[in-house]
Amino acid sequence: MQNKILAILLIGLALCQPYFLYASPEKVVEEIEAGEHAYDAPKEIIHHITDANEFHIIGDLSMPLPCILYNPDNGKVSTFLSSRFHHGELAIDGYVLDHGRIKMIQSDDFPEGEVHVALHHEEKDGEELSYVEVDGKRYEVERSGFMDFSISKVVFGMFLAALLMSIIFLMVARGYKKRDGQAPKGIQSFFEPLIIFVRDDIAKPNIGEKYEKYLPYLLSIFFFIWFNNMLGLIPFFPFGANTTGNLMVTLTLAVFTLLITNLSANKSYWQHIFWMPGVPVPVKILLAPIELIAVFTKPFALMVRLFANISAGHIIILSLISLIFIFGDAGHNLGGGIAGISIAVPFVLFMNLLELLVAFLQAFIFTILTALFIGQAVEEHH
Amino acid sequence: MNTILLSGFTLIKPEPGLILWTTVIFLILWLLLGKFAFRPIANALKKREQSIDEALKAAEKARLEMQELHSKNEQLLKEALEERSKILQEAKKMKESILVEARNKAKSEYEKIAAASRAELQNQMNEAKMQLKTFAADLAISIAEKVVKKELKGDKEQQEYVKTLLADLDANKN
Repeated sequence: MQNKILAILLIGLALCQPYFLYASPEKVVEEIEAGEHAYDAPKEIIHHITDANEFHIIGDLSMPLPCILYNPDNGKVSTFLSSRFHHGELAIDGYVLDHGRIKMIQSDDFPEGEVHVALHHEEKDGEELSYVEVDGKRYEVERSGFMDFSISKVVFGMFLAALLMSIIFLMVARGYKKRDGQAPKGIQSFFEPLIIFVRDDIAKPNIGEKYEKYLPYLLSIFFFIWFNNMLGLIPFFPFGANTTGNLMVTLTLAVFTLLITNLSANKSYWQHIFWMPGVPVPVKILLAPIELIAVFTKPFALMVRLFANISAGHIIILSLISLIFIFGDAGHNLGGGIAGISIAVPFVLFMNLLELLVAFLQAFIFTILTALFIGQAVEEHH
Repeated sequence: MNTILLSGFTLIKPEPGLILWTTVIFLILWLLLGKFAFRPIANALKKREQSIDEALKAAEKARLEMQELHSKNEQLLKEALEERSKILQEAKKMKESILVEARNKAKSEYEKIAAASRAELQNQMNEAKMQLKTFAADLAISIAEKVVKKELKGDKEQQEYVKTLLADLDANKN
């Protein structure tokens, strides 16, 4: 029964993707007819996997997200909802919304407050440049010169995952309190094997006796990555934010592992890094910088691995879906569109299933490597 | 390819805001769930595993005890059976000995009685013999007396007379 529901959900998920992710082919058609641009798959894909300051839902409908912007030049903090930009028609305090991303008008004398602007794009040396024209004057628009502390799409996605995790695991914990010493029930029995898996197959064999101290961190990081990976695969609002496929997110998680590993490291760990025992002095000197670099490369690999795997998965799925619009000539060629659908749907279905595996696998790899690094740091050498 | 590379750089551009939010979200999640979910869950799991372990050990111990008790019972039963058969055997032996004794006693009693009766009989017989002897002697004496007393003329007469006397004796005897 549960398997059937899961299968139907998965098939539905795969079939829905073209409609949810590319829900505005009419707009594209309009743009093509207006001679603006044809369907640009790479741009669309990158647009979907990067962060945004508004959450696109369907068609022209977006959920506004709160913007918190800091201008270090004049120390001004601007806070407002992204809906105030009117999809790029208004500049607020020198900021504009370009393709869902906040950018800054690169000029000191640009007026504060709301200003009506016309956003333009031009291609120069293969790079897309944005500029606005106000009163016939041209201002460059770039994502630099300010700090963006907004609740962006990715932050929203992480909040959602964190909220979901909090609800689920507090419920699970309540189950243990309520049925103390009894067999697990309901949601508790779904998560118990996973928790035991993390404890017995990740924490215990890699860390050893001191595993209990690190178990909450390992469980938190495992489920945080897994939940984010899974929610990122759901193609419709309010899910689908590419959180773990964002380098800043994986960087932060990797830094957590780096700090925990090195802060809990014992004397012999540092000795093995700076003055490797059991080798001649020249080798000791040679090894020290290498080992020191390894301290940073290990979490660096964690960061890149998670980011690359999740981003790659999203890119492949989006590329396959783009086939529909490429074959269909962005809505002009119905036959091509049908051919595109018949090719893309089974492949997307397959990729989604693969991504379900990857979602778990990457969470597992990140956690097991974290456990391994901690294990190396706290290991007692004899 | 160019587009991917150029627009793709937005993927790896540093975003301090995102780092800050990720830190905040993950830190809160870690502390919250660590304190209120994962730590209690880990403890509960450990406690339950220990209690299961103990329960299994207790069950094993109880099983062994039961087995011991069972074997003890069996031993007791065996001993009781042995005791019973011993008692039975003894009883049987006793019965036999009693029987033998009784029989012997009866036999000896009987022999004693038989001997006594035989002696009595002998006595009586002897007495009877004595009486008969006396009687016969008396009879002979009386016959002789009668023969002597009667004057007998002929030999023939004498003989006849003796004959009648003998017949008398016979009749008397009968």
